[in-house]
Amino acid sequence: MKTHTCTVSFTLNGEKKTFSTRPDEKLLDLLRREGYKGTKYGCGQGTCGACTVIMDGRAVYACLLYAMQAEGRKVRTIESMGTHDKPAPIQRELVAAGAVQCGYCIPGIIMSATALMEAEKDITDEVAREYMDGNLCRCTGYEKIWTALRRTIANRAAATPAKKTSAKGGKK
Amino acid sequence: MKRHELARHLKQVNTSVTKIDALQLALGKDSYVADFLPKDALVIKMLWSPHAHARIKKLDVSKAEKMPGVKCVLWHGNVPRIVHCTAGQGYPEPSPYDTFMFDTKVRFVGDRVAAVAAETEEQALAALEAIKVEYEVLKPVFTLDEAMAPGAPVIHDEPEAHVPIPIVYEPKKNLVAHVACEAGSFERGMKEADFTFDETYETPYAQHCPIEPYTSMAQMTPAGRILITTSTQVPFHCRRIVARTLGIPVQKIRVVKPRIGGGFGCKQEVLLEDVTAMMALRTGRPCLWRFTREETFRTGRTRHPFRIRLRTGVKKDGTITAIGLECINNTGAYGGHGLTVVSCSGGKTLPLYHCDNILFDGKSYYTNLPVGGAYRGFGATQAFFAIESLMDHMAEAIGMDPLKFRQLNHIRPGEGSPIFQALGEGREGLPMTVGSNALAECIVQGAEAAGWEKRQDWRKKTGRYRRGIGMCCLMQGSSIPDIDMGAATIKINEDGSFNLNVGATDLGTGSDTVLAQIAAEELETTTDKMIVYSSDTDMTPFDVGAYASSTTYLSGEAVRKAAADAKRQILATGAEMLGLKAEEVHCEDAHVLNADGSKKVSYSDIANYSLYQKNQYQIIGTASHITKKSPPPFAAHFAEVEVDTLTGFVKVLNYVSTIDCGTAVNPALCEGQTEGGTLNGISYALTEQYLFDETGRMRNASFADYHIYSMRDRPPIKAILVPSYEDTGPFGAKSVSEICINGPAPAIGNAIYNATGARLNEFPFTPEKVLKAIKAVKK
Repeated sequence: MKTHTCTVSFTLNGEKKTFSTRPDEKLLDLLRREGYKGTKYGCGQGTCGACTVIMDGRAVYACLLYAMQAEGRKVRTIESMGTHDKPAPIQRELVAAGAVQCGYCIPGIIMSATALMEAEKDITDEVAREYMDGNLCRCTGYEKIWTALRRTIANRAAATPAKKTSAKGGKK
Repeated sequence: MKRHELARHLKQVNTSVTKIDALQLALGKDSYVADFLPKDALVIKMLWSPHAHARIKKLDVSKAEKMPGVKCVLWHGNVPRIVHCTAGQGYPEPSPYDTFMFDTKVRFVGDRVAAVAAETEEQALAALEAIKVEYEVLKPVFTLDEAMAPGAPVIHDEPEAHVPIPIVYEPKKNLVAHVACEAGSFERGMKEADFTFDETYETPYAQHCPIEPYTSMAQMTPAGRILITTSTQVPFHCRRIVARTLGIPVQKIRVVKPRIGGGFGCKQEVLLEDVTAMMALRTGRPCLWRFTREETFRTGRTRHPFRIRLRTGVKKDGTITAIGLECINNTGAYGGHGLTVVSCSGGKTLPLYHCDNILFDGKSYYTNLPVGGAYRGFGATQAFFAIESLMDHMAEAIGMDPLKFRQLNHIRPGEGSPIFQALGEGREGLPMTVGSNALAECIVQGAEAAGWEKRQDWRKKTGRYRRGIGMCCLMQGSSIPDIDMGAATIKINEDGSFNLNVGATDLGTGSDTVLAQIAAEELETTTDKMIVYSSDTDMTPFDVGAYASSTTYLSGEAVRKAAADAKRQILATGAEMLGLKAEEVHCEDAHVLNADGSKKVSYSDIANYSLYQKNQYQIIGTASHITKKSPPPFAAHFAEVEVDTLTGFVKVLNYVSTIDCGTAVNPALCEGQTEGGTLNGISYALTEQYLFDETGRMRNASFADYHIYSMRDRPPIKAILVPSYEDTGPFGAKSVSEICINGPAPAIGNAIYNATGARLNEFPFTPEKVLKAIKAVKK
């Protein structure tokens, strides 16, 4: 059995990168192989969300996409989101709310929440639930994840009062 | 000052300090087994049995061995045949030794046949295709009735199958375990009753569904030892069981547990590590074996399905005169946890209500279906569905409010139960009286939060959508008394920080944080001064692991004692530095000082003095802990549902989950445990089930077909912590983690009844079942 190698180029966390891959390699496997291991394997079937990354602004399952499908795109992983000294607001709120139990789903949750906050202006509970529905957590019952998400959304809205839509989002 | 008076002055305990690994995990830093995979690691894949029951007549791996990238193939012909038990329990285990690394017989769809280690996953999968197997298919056993039938096929006919301790085990009859006890006279109790009941209940299979599937890695160290990095709840049991299975000394093995992506009991099993270790030993290469989600469903451990017959008698005044609980579990193809789960279905439930005449009979049978294991709740989940459903039924018969009926009968502080002594785990339990018990308060607070007073009889309800409220009461335990042991070591560093090394296993619960809080409280310092390292068989003291609701209560007390040991040394050195006697000084805010505070020295100075300056020694405390008690946490759960009488769809509108876990060491984490376990229970009650085809193969082995609740499905869950103080626990704490999963099935079942008059004796409460039950209701 001969393996066919090829290359794929895309912007990964703001940097242009070229990787050698195979036509049948999944984006998740390429990312983990290249050291972006914050993106997790949970099911390999696009049903749990542990592998969620952002591609061109949309939350996607890296376990379903072939690496080649990232060609020319902008991909963001959890590694772009924050550091020990400067965590992203959603990371800070999740930690503060006690929403991180085993933590295995959390990188995916953060990427879906980020896609939500960047794409939507008026974030109602229904819109938030829609975005977050693809990320399963078995530890928390989602209560504290939800609290952290709503707080992050509210703080974000409060921090940008100039926009009309933000004021709406900040009410909740 | 007595210890319970100290509770008022707690500074580190009973505070929601931030979980110490939360930020690391939220940042996505390398934390879990697969994150530590070396570049040159081999991938392991397993050929699973397609048959529920078959003998392997021929197995030819010669072609697979020659395939590109293949480094090793393991099968029954080239590994030692050593009988063992995969359940991660105390030693010797109260479970049968009925498993081999590879056997000549397969006993369920998903049993091991042969394993391949190859350079890539694709190569390993290709090699599996090249393995030739010839089976002699045997008649399978799929139901308890088939397993119990005279002349039933014998699933474990191998001569090696045995139990390591004197307990009932008759593999020729497929009987894995039998335990029975009687207090008073059940028969007499039934005669004394005004009303008697005889109901049968069924509870379904379920999988734990940790988001991190089973994952295990092994590699050879430069010294020729095997390093196993694995997603386990039981690192020390893992080391012992792998050593036995490979026929090598414990000394050859180091087991490291990094961060774990959830377990809930399914990782209290040594299910992968023998193969990963053997592959590393044979190839000299690091080897990773990670289950797919499908494998986690099929081959991973499950919750034992139960058939329960419950007979009770009650007088018109509400006195329960007799309880007869007969539980039979289907343990699947292997018997680990078969006995203990069925014992706990009585032991962790029957003491809840006063009754002079109690009969318990528990049996466990093999079948050719997926294997039961430890799952949060551990038998109590199954039995409470029956007991708490029947409590409502009994209350209605005597015309009493079901809440008042429970208030009348539940166990009070200071009371015992003959069951505590009669039902241990594999042997007799210990006599015990209940110390802390805030169940009465749990009921009151829960009823208020759930709006119990607005509850109305179902006969008054009309229309398509009908609402109902149901409740239940629960108990569990805290560790296995006289069997479980946890140990801890704590040492000081120059800056007044401490290394806290514990065998206790944080599987995502936050126990590292909880144990750090306990150590900091005892040492009169702050939690952020603790560097916690847990569960490494080379580096930390022993602990049985994370199961039986033991970590806070048992390992926590070991930590408190170790911290007290270190504190004695700190006081002695501090006194020496201050020129005072040890009894003239005390600890406060990370200092040693005299009574009026005029003379003081910091922990940092004490550490530097003791490490570098005079009479040098390492300030290090160590302690072990076993218990003579397993104090139950208590809970009252309330569910409000809306039933669509046209479709049978049940929607949970509100859920209130109260808990008395003694002192909540970390209230936010206790709430998190309670909310998470409750939602898991709700999901189990409403949607989770194993569906099998006629060959015994699970049909729905994916999250697409086995539905666990998502953020959209989630009903509002209100967790209410009701404090009490358990004298035998660290700073008054007892357990929190398991009890909450037991409530939703009975509470929702009772709520469905209250909405519609339909009583379901089996769940999940799928629309089909609910609709059928509604149609059978006669007003």
